[in-house]
Amino acid sequence: MTEKSKEILDKLADVIIENKKHLTKLDSAIGDGDHGINMARGFKEVKEKINGNNYETNQELLKSVAMTLISTVGGASGPLYGTAFLYISKVIPDADFTIDSLIEIGQSAVDGIQKRGKAEQGEKTMLDAIIPAVDALKESKENGDDLEEALQKCKVKAEEGMKATIPMQATKGRASYLGERSIGHQDPGATSSYLMIKTIVDELYKYKD
Amino acid sequence: MKKKLVNNPDHVVEEMVEGIVLADPDKLSKVEGYNVVVRKDSPNEKVALVSGGGSGHEPTHAGFVGEGMLDGAIAGDVFTSPTPDAVFEAIKAVDGGKGVLLVIKNYTGDVMNFEMAAEMAEAEGIEVDHVVVDDDVAVEDSLYTTGRRGVAGTIFVHKIAGAKAEAGAELAEVKEVAEKVIKNVKTKGMALYPCRVPSAEESTFTLDEDEIELGIGIHGEPGTERTEIMKADDILDELLGSVIEDLPYESGDDVALMINGMGGTPLMELFVANRRANQVLEEKGINIYKTFVGEYMTSLEMAGVSVTLLKLDDELKELLDAPTEINIMK
Repeated sequence: MTEKSKEILDKLADVIIENKKHLTKLDSAIGDGDHGINMARGFKEVKEKINGNNYETNQELLKSVAMTLISTVGGASGPLYGTAFLYISKVIPDADFTIDSLIEIGQSAVDGIQKRGKAEQGEKTMLDAIIPAVDALKESKENGDDLEEALQKCKVKAEEGMKATIPMQATKGRASYLGERSIGHQDPGATSSYLMIKTIVDELYKYKD
Repeated sequence: MKKKLVNNPDHVVEEMVEGIVLADPDKLSKVEGYNVVVRKDSPNEKVALVSGGGSGHEPTHAGFVGEGMLDGAIAGDVFTSPTPDAVFEAIKAVDGGKGVLLVIKNYTGDVMNFEMAAEMAEAEGIEVDHVVVDDDVAVEDSLYTTGRRGVAGTIFVHKIAGAKAEAGAELAEVKEVAEKVIKNVKTKGMALYPCRVPSAEESTFTLDEDEIELGIGIHGEPGTERTEIMKADDILDELLGSVIEDLPYESGDDVALMINGMGGTPLMELFVANRRANQVLEEKGINIYKTFVGEYMTSLEMAGVSVTLLKLDDELKELLDAPTEINIMK
């Protein structure tokens, strides 16, 4: 079971590393221009760490990812994503993922980020991609969607959420210093969050049977 | 802007920290495995003062490690908050049993990473408290922002809280005087030319040849207003005007003045700025008790200047004058 999770995390790390320049460019517009650099550095370490170790449980694996991010990313993203993965590690099962377990995973990521960053939806942050994705899963559960449908909707909502940050005015983080001038730019944190959700969905989809 | 005196952008901070310690090997040491500079005689039997943040602001913070100022400084990656484990190592290295005060500049990442480190230290039974410096008047302080940024005024916190700790004060007293400084210190900066992070290919922002940016942050983050280049005196009037009206500083006040170069500004220009600042303060009847001109809180090779005022009472004057081995704060 940890092999599958490892593969997903490895792919997730690749995607973040591939998007180093893209994320840095978005951050230069409204932040301090280092989001891609910091994230790529952290996920390069994550790749080395998880591929160089054996883990008994997903919980151990995710905890190791969290600690690696906390100690290598820095900035605000380090504690935020680190805490998100730490919270995920507390709930992640070793069984195959279901809509229920994905909701629990997503919700704990949101809880972790909110504990550290004290932000709400609509403040032009990573939460604007993650919260709609978790909401979509919750809605799928109510509608009785199958896992495949739920995953696709989750990805679409995350992307919409990321794009919805463009017209938003930032009220948290460094972009908030810009006031109205933060409007018109896509949030780099929401973008990295979307990339992670997209990768997780695409990888899970690959394994759906 | 492509040229830099760098070997490998990934190692620039570590190599810098090694160089800082080698420049004063009798007084400083590096914590093995971390980009942390501490007083070589650590831990001392006094409240310890620790600060840190992203690199690229040198001499901040490692350049202020020494008797009378900081006990330890953590150097994060360029313009990036250090991680909690590094801050924790600094705390452990300097704690002499009387507690540790963390001086944090108000940036989301810094506050989060230092708070996580404080939680780790408290779990090990080390007494830790912190203050957050937010002296940049360019940023509106409101419910809708992260609050004001911490910039050059931080150096006065290091100096005064450092002197208080050196005098044998308790943690709560050191924190109290640090907060008094924070309440009375205001800064505003501007940029003539931008800077580039070593690992990035582009400058963090661009300015046209005839354009300047007022209210610039120390990470190249955009300021509040872009305007055509003005004469030095007009720029100073603008910066100092915002600073004075913010506290406000009033006729009869005693202040410390800091004219801070952003990294790529010739000293000649900083002295031109200081001349005007003196004129303006004299016109307003504000007394300059002590002047500091030089590079204190830089932003890589950014050209520009920031102006800081600290309103002084007798206690702050005495602590500002207290001895320190940091030459540029004597």
